[in-house]
Amino acid sequence: MKGFGPILVFEFKIPFTDIVVPITNTVTVTWLIMAALAVVFILTTRNYERIPKKVQNVMEMLVDTITNLTKQTMGPKNIKFAPYIGTVLIYLAVANVIGVIGIRPPTADLNTTMALSIITFCMINYNAVKTKGLFGRIKGFTEPMFLLTPINLLGEIATPISLGFRLFGNLAGGLIIMDLIFGGLKSLSTAIFGANALPIFQLAIPLPLNFYFDIFSGLLQSLIFAMLTMINVSNAMD
Amino acid sequence: MSNITNEGLVLACSAIGAGLAMIAGIGPGIGQGYAAGKGAEAVGRQPEAQGDIVRTMLLGAAVAETTGIYGLAIAIVLLFANPLIGLLG
Repeated sequence: MKGFGPILVFEFKIPFTDIVVPITNTVTVTWLIMAALAVVFILTTRNYERIPKKVQNVMEMLVDTITNLTKQTMGPKNIKFAPYIGTVLIYLAVANVIGVIGIRPPTADLNTTMALSIITFCMINYNAVKTKGLFGRIKGFTEPMFLLTPINLLGEIATPISLGFRLFGNLAGGLIIMDLIFGGLKSLSTAIFGANALPIFQLAIPLPLNFYFDIFSGLLQSLIFAMLTMINVSNAMD
Repeated sequence: MSNITNEGLVLACSAIGAGLAMIAGIGPGIGQGYAAGKGAEAVGRQPEAQGDIVRTMLLGAAVAETTGIYGLAIAIVLLFANPLIGLLG
């Protein structure tokens, strides 16, 4: 196996132990995105003014959109979930679209997507137990009849797995297809212009595919992840 | 015929298996097409609710896609992180 998995950047040795943690570029790109988002949001949300200027207008619109989306999907009483949903939405949108500047998207790694979907799983169970009580939650598995309990439990475990694999599969599939296209165009140009030719066919031909796989599909998948999180949590609560 | 190594046989069969796993793409294709058709029908009947309809349709299409993604995950594992090679010892 070569060329597809995330690249190892460096190995981190935990002090006073012999445990060596491999740091791949999934982790480093995630740090990069986190730092960039933190800097952008700190810089743009200082100095509030009563009559908003350009940047403040954009930020207020973003917050408004996310709040309205949460309110529409989960109902007005669950508006407290809006900050988490907004964080996931913005992080995933940036992480999925970052492939467009040639960086490997961190969401094309199963570790990232499964971590996010396990957070969703914990949120579902915590909020369900909080609103319905532990007994009510367990009783919910035996509905509509007792015989269906194993199927209900299986469905509960399948939720985070399908969430994580959907995001991973879409991003990784797009990555593989783009890799194949670029490789094919490169070998086409070497076949026509000789072995040392510039890969001239890579210039503009993959543009529509790039647009679909990196921008459209990435933004759509981040929206879908956030929507499914909201729907699952609010379904488990009532 | 005797010069096929064990590893070569496993690799060849894994490649065939990866191809077969992607037959799972038929299901999501039918499902997404059905969702898109119903979405177009709904927009035709009620053009003012287009935003809601498109959002619901995309969500339904994403859910229908899941089985195909499972097939893709199997194919990726067979091609890039083959567990069967390790069984040869």
